[in-house]
Amino acid sequence: MAQPRTVVMVPVDADTVTIGARDVKNRFAEAIGRRGLAAEISVFEVGSFGPSDAGVIAAVQPDGLVYGGLTPERVDRIVEEHFVKGRPCREWLLPGEYPLPDPRAADARRTQYAGRIVLDNCGRINPERIDEYIANDGYFALGKALSEMTPAAVVGEVKQSGLRGRGGAGFPTGLKWGFCAAESGPEKYVICNADEGEPGTFKDRLIMEGDPHKVIEGMALCGYAIGAHQGYIYIRGEYKLSIERLHQAMAAARDYGLLGDNILDSGFRFDIEIKIGAGAYVCGEETALIESMEGKRGLPRLKPPFPAQAGFRQKPTNVNNVETLANIPAIIYRGADWFRRAGTENMPGTKVYTILGHVLRPGLIEVSGGVTLRDIIGDYAGGMKTGTFKMAQLGGTAGDLIGGEMLDVPLNYDALEKVGHTLGSGAILIMNESVGVCDFLHACMRFFAHESCGNCNPCRNGLRWLTAITDRLKRGTGYPGDIEIMEEIATVLKTAAFCPLGQSPAGPIVSALRYFRAEIEKGIDRKSARPKPDHTARALATFAG
Amino acid sequence: MATKNGCNGECEREQYATLDTFIASHGTGRDALIPVLHRAQNIFGYLPVPVQEHVAKAMDIPASEVYGVVSFYHYFTMQPRGRHTINVCLGTACYVRGAKKVVDALCEELNIRMGETTADRRFSLMTQRCFGACGLAPVMMIDDDVHGRVTPRKVAAILERYE
Repeated sequence: MAQPRTVVMVPVDADTVTIGARDVKNRFAEAIGRRGLAAEISVFEVGSFGPSDAGVIAAVQPDGLVYGGLTPERVDRIVEEHFVKGRPCREWLLPGEYPLPDPRAADARRTQYAGRIVLDNCGRINPERIDEYIANDGYFALGKALSEMTPAAVVGEVKQSGLRGRGGAGFPTGLKWGFCAAESGPEKYVICNADEGEPGTFKDRLIMEGDPHKVIEGMALCGYAIGAHQGYIYIRGEYKLSIERLHQAMAAARDYGLLGDNILDSGFRFDIEIKIGAGAYVCGEETALIESMEGKRGLPRLKPPFPAQAGFRQKPTNVNNVETLANIPAIIYRGADWFRRAGTENMPGTKVYTILGHVLRPGLIEVSGGVTLRDIIGDYAGGMKTGTFKMAQLGGTAGDLIGGEMLDVPLNYDALEKVGHTLGSGAILIMNESVGVCDFLHACMRFFAHESCGNCNPCRNGLRWLTAITDRLKRGTGYPGDIEIMEEIATVLKTAAFCPLGQSPAGPIVSALRYFRAEIEKGIDRKSARPKPDHTARALATFAG
Repeated sequence: MATKNGCNGECEREQYATLDTFIASHGTGRDALIPVLHRAQNIFGYLPVPVQEHVAKAMDIPASEVYGVVSFYHYFTMQPRGRHTINVCLGTACYVRGAKKVVDALCEELNIRMGETTADRRFSLMTQRCFGACGLAPVMMIDDDVHGRVTPRKVAAILERYE
């Protein structure tokens, strides 16, 4: 088969589809075909490059040029000028080292090893072709595990790697697998939690869209390690392109004998089914997710028993986040020691973030745990787009708000814990001075009040109170004492709410008070007096709905 | 009963028959309830009580539990929707980039409030939690199309594309 001299890679993910990426890709193929260049220049879809600020883009390799802001009409000109006449259309080229300004720079300053583990294939291979995944060491880990390793050795390797859950809680993955592996019984389940719902987080979507086989391989490895034969991917219905690519990838894997009855002739049996959610934030919590899979309302279960003992259909079940599972193939194939070269002692490996808000270049990045927020804003996101940095929220709506004094704390579990913060799910929202703290808190609290499943009182009522209070504060009509009530409710939520959904809203409240107390106090009208309780109840009913 | 296509009688029987075929192919296990409701909403456009009762009977699940599930998840609706559903994201990333102003512009343009449907049944206006297109904030979805970087000024032009 003739090798093409040039390849054109168009990142097609759910964001770029909406602005016409598929049309651009098809137009490239047509125009190149019309010019009789199809044998020399191949065009294909890849996953996201990361940044999401330049419209539809296309990379031309080996030239190393990236075009931005593409439309089908511009594609015609590029094909004529660049591919036929050999003159790149400079006016549409993106500057220098797009997509990432030396992606390793910040990392390399702080850690021994720098590079991508989870996103290494995203934007480089065609996610709809299993051969390209295999050509990049794909399914080698599964082959290695099935031929050379016992299930216990696989669990051991994951434990040794120090990988911690990337869904937000940071629980050691190997330990979790160990609990499930220790349970007896022939019927166990692996669940991939792809119900990515934390506002501001879309890393899992881009992983599934850009490299679906990595998630499938991670699940199969987990199945082998814990003794499960059936996996489920619980995914949001809105993630249509992810669902499409996962279905396509699963079919290709079955075709190649990498899923199904007798994987790689090892006798190991494993298959995956996709379950589509119906929209409930609380279903990101693993026991609520399991309830939902069983066809019920997504109310969290009382723990213990943990899913490892009694999960889906009351059988031992292991639930992991998409990003966690996408780390597994590299750990098994290259070994725990290789993995530990990246990151820090207590947070080996890398973390995928979505960086958003008032920065020049929002998008997807993967960095190790030694990197600080200042590095991320400056080196990866291209700095502030407008205004100056006021605050950031780490980890989605449930995350802590931090002020400028925390810009130099490394983003890893331990360093953040030392200063009283958590890392969360991987969303980083950067805000400039145009955002009012009370207004922002109100938006967060209204979200939580709406998403509360209503199961426990602290969450159901506490969040209504917080919504009403932050609404008053943002209007400058807060009552004296409102801040103390907020603090009290935050404590109650943190200590008495049933599940993480109810506990986590305390984070933004407490941290906002820590950094921006003076601004919040300005929302209180000192002259006003708190109305009698019956009025408050009525006010709640109006505000919190 | 008014349904998605405003049909009754013959065509309604067809809708139920399509649903029954789906239920038969998925088994009546409890796990299948959410996929069945997805399909039912797809067929009827929404999930009125008679459809819920039909599902309950066909799957041998108490109607109260079917109702519990329908009312719990955002995706399911018991009200008929307009021909097009507008979902505006009010997640934090969209919020700080001006989603509230987009909502105000939509309310004004359509002359309805959040959660309502226009008198001509053309649009229903809803808000939704983050749908993970934050790089394009502020974002709204109309049916299955995502519109990114929406500003109040762009709203009218976007709506024109939907009949």
